[in-house]
Amino acid sequence: MNAAAPADEAGIAAAIGDAYAAREPLLVQGAGTKAAMLRPAQAARTLSTVNCSGITLYSPGELVFAARAGTRLADIEATLAAAGQHMIAEPPDFSELLGATGGQTLGGIVATNLSGPRRIAAGAVRDHVLGVRAVNGTGEVIHSGGRVLKNVTGLDLCKLLAGSQGTLAVLTEITFKVLPAPEDSCSVVLRGLEPPEAVAALAAAIGSPFGVSGAAYLPPSAAARLGAHSSLTLARIEDFASSVLYRSERIRTLLGEFGRSEIWPGDASVAAWDAIRDASVLKTEPDDAVWRVSVRPSRGPDVLQAACEAGARGYLDWAGGLLMLAGAATEELHAAITDAVRRAGGVWWVLRAPAAWRANAAMVPPEVPALAAITRRVKAALDPAGILNPGRMFAGV
Amino acid sequence: MIKLPPPKPEVLARRDQIIAGLRELVPGDGVIGDTLRLRPYETDGLAIYRQPPLAVVLPETTEQVAAVLRFCQANGVRVVPRGAGTSLSGGALPLEDAVVVGMMRMNAILDVDFADRCATVQAGVTNLAITGAVADRGFFYAPDPSSQLACMIGGNVNMNSGGAHCLKYGVTANNLLGLRVVTIDGDILDIGGAHLDAAGYDWLGLITGSEGMLVIVTEVTVRILRAAEGARAMLAGFRSNAVAGACVDAVIASGIIPVALEFMDRPAIHACEAYAEAGYPMDAAAMLIIEVEGAEAEQDFLLGRLAEICRRFDPISLRVATTEEESAAIWKGRKGAFGAVGRITPDYFCMDGVIPTSRLPETLQRIGEMANDAELAVCNIFPAGDGNLHPRCMFDANDAVQFARAEKLGADILKLCVAMGGCLTGEHGVGIEKRDLMGVQFSSGELDQQRRIKTAFDPDWLLNPAKVFPLQPAA
Repeated sequence: MNAAAPADEAGIAAAIGDAYAAREPLLVQGAGTKAAMLRPAQAARTLSTVNCSGITLYSPGELVFAARAGTRLADIEATLAAAGQHMIAEPPDFSELLGATGGQTLGGIVATNLSGPRRIAAGAVRDHVLGVRAVNGTGEVIHSGGRVLKNVTGLDLCKLLAGSQGTLAVLTEITFKVLPAPEDSCSVVLRGLEPPEAVAALAAAIGSPFGVSGAAYLPPSAAARLGAHSSLTLARIEDFASSVLYRSERIRTLLGEFGRSEIWPGDASVAAWDAIRDASVLKTEPDDAVWRVSVRPSRGPDVLQAACEAGARGYLDWAGGLLMLAGAATEELHAAITDAVRRAGGVWWVLRAPAAWRANAAMVPPEVPALAAITRRVKAALDPAGILNPGRMFAGV
Repeated sequence: MIKLPPPKPEVLARRDQIIAGLRELVPGDGVIGDTLRLRPYETDGLAIYRQPPLAVVLPETTEQVAAVLRFCQANGVRVVPRGAGTSLSGGALPLEDAVVVGMMRMNAILDVDFADRCATVQAGVTNLAITGAVADRGFFYAPDPSSQLACMIGGNVNMNSGGAHCLKYGVTANNLLGLRVVTIDGDILDIGGAHLDAAGYDWLGLITGSEGMLVIVTEVTVRILRAAEGARAMLAGFRSNAVAGACVDAVIASGIIPVALEFMDRPAIHACEAYAEAGYPMDAAAMLIIEVEGAEAEQDFLLGRLAEICRRFDPISLRVATTEEESAAIWKGRKGAFGAVGRITPDYFCMDGVIPTSRLPETLQRIGEMANDAELAVCNIFPAGDGNLHPRCMFDANDAVQFARAEKLGADILKLCVAMGGCLTGEHGVGIEKRDLMGVQFSSGELDQQRRIKTAFDPDWLLNPAKVFPLQPAA
């Protein structure tokens, strides 16, 4: 395969310009840790941003960080941690789930817009992107947003490009907001609840004034991966140590009606939330398909039940609004899950599936015709020759 | 003065037929065509520009909006969407040949769901009415632009409005879950819903802040949040803007994110004090109001730490509220700022540039010098944590020379913000006001890229066509 990994934006622009001139599609990627997600791009050449790396701006007093697209998350997190700050959206590392090695890059994180447990309290990756530099499908460098926390100047291409899976433009540099890392954290944990009462408890916790920043339910199969013998319902608090102490006690009182709770302090809580974030609590067989689902939180238990009755395993995050599901890669299970999501009002992504299935089936819900037409026109507005990751998100786009 | 595109003669010539056609789609008094009744729609919050529209339509349903847009598309009629008309950038300024689609009759709260922490409302519901509908259970809708009593959520979506508490709670875009929108083709589309993440492209994010150029928003699903147990403020006066700016940096770097962090310079302190008698330090060159949230003990802890940080910057005065009443007294002057400035000048522009907070002292100094050169007074009151400057540039609009100087000073201040690494607008939008400055922030290629995206939604450029982008040279 013809592969290019230029070291700078000019190199990326030149590579795309060449591909545009030749009308040759490009497989666009960073480190490729999420290559197994969604549909395979139909391309003979690869363009990687992995060598276009380096932190370009970090101003802790302004809560602003910028780095080139190929910068590894681990390097970013280490730099932030040294100044007592962190990435707000807590992006997951799905390497184990997706059978990948090597560290994910900032560009990949933004292009897929995958967020961790803190999304429910503090927003998604896309919410914290302040500015981007990118190269569109004709090789033209464009920027949107900037390095300030508030900016409504012009159309918000930062949000359009975040989550666009490299199909509209190739991100070369991203500026994003960061926040102080909490001094302390803990989890209030209830054992043995069924999904509906667990989600009711999590709704009460999230709907309290006590700043819950994570709210998950692990059925027994997932809880077992944390060494528990029955289901776990977890509410996380992150703040100054004195606030964590005060707030966790208030939440225990609030959740009294759901049973006796316990406190998982700092390290135990952090380990549990890392496992929830990265889906390592999800037991998968090598040939399993994996689905990620976003629904109205109170409907999470219905979707989980329908999926489990059809043979899947899974767990709930985002107070019921996010499901991670695994099971046999069969059309029956896929239909059972997607039907349940449709009834509940939400969306699904196939994160892992056999190659033939990925190439031929929809990996996200199809859009209604009027919206699909806008999708095609917006794609053409940025990538007129259709050379950037064609088919990655939707067939023919 | 700003230029508007020439009206289409064929549309003006068919005015009566167009109004008659609209009346078939929106019955009763929902179509306004007579000159006198069009007058209230000729301007918005940027009242120096006026232009009555061809007609005004006040639909009551999404289906009526769809029928109106289909009709306008078929007849080549331009459309200007309008909420409460509070835009400070002229976002709702009509065109002579345009139909204004006013959303004020679509003002129903459709659903409040505390379990899922969201509310679905029609576009004409006011910002404050959303909080009003959920406050009895201790919830609120976070973005709080200062026009929140009047401004409508549909307008907030289109301008991606901010507010005083953005640093902690984000802007409109961060607090939306779903939209029902109508395209210029008359298609009704549901974007997002009550779930957090959407598949496909981020239409929610692209439409938010698109200033009425892509679609008309008819329904909005917002996140509602449980309010903190309480909040309390402190005040600190400093010897210079530079010292106050350094203190802002130190606060942010300390790991505390205050729920509000307001910066006032000396002219602002004096104007507010004269108006509200809030006991502000008249000898200070700059003043910060810092507010924190939480239970009483948490407030004590955070205010204690903040006071400690402020003391490192040799404050002229330091006042930490110990009760809600003392906190309200600290806010009293700041909340009267619009009235206070209005009292000392016949007219003023409220600019909206944003700068990196590290450039605060030099930017304020430069603004002061530029105001001196223009022989105009400027005062600065703004949320310091996000660097969204709101220089109020005072003038007398009846004095044509002064008005022209004020307009130029305003533009120069915005150019300065961009040169400092910031942007033209943090929350008011580009609208008509900053349209011709877009080239300061974007290359022509970048503007063309944005125009192509507009075209993907609205091929004939009928939706709010004279806003945001500099007018193309006549083709």
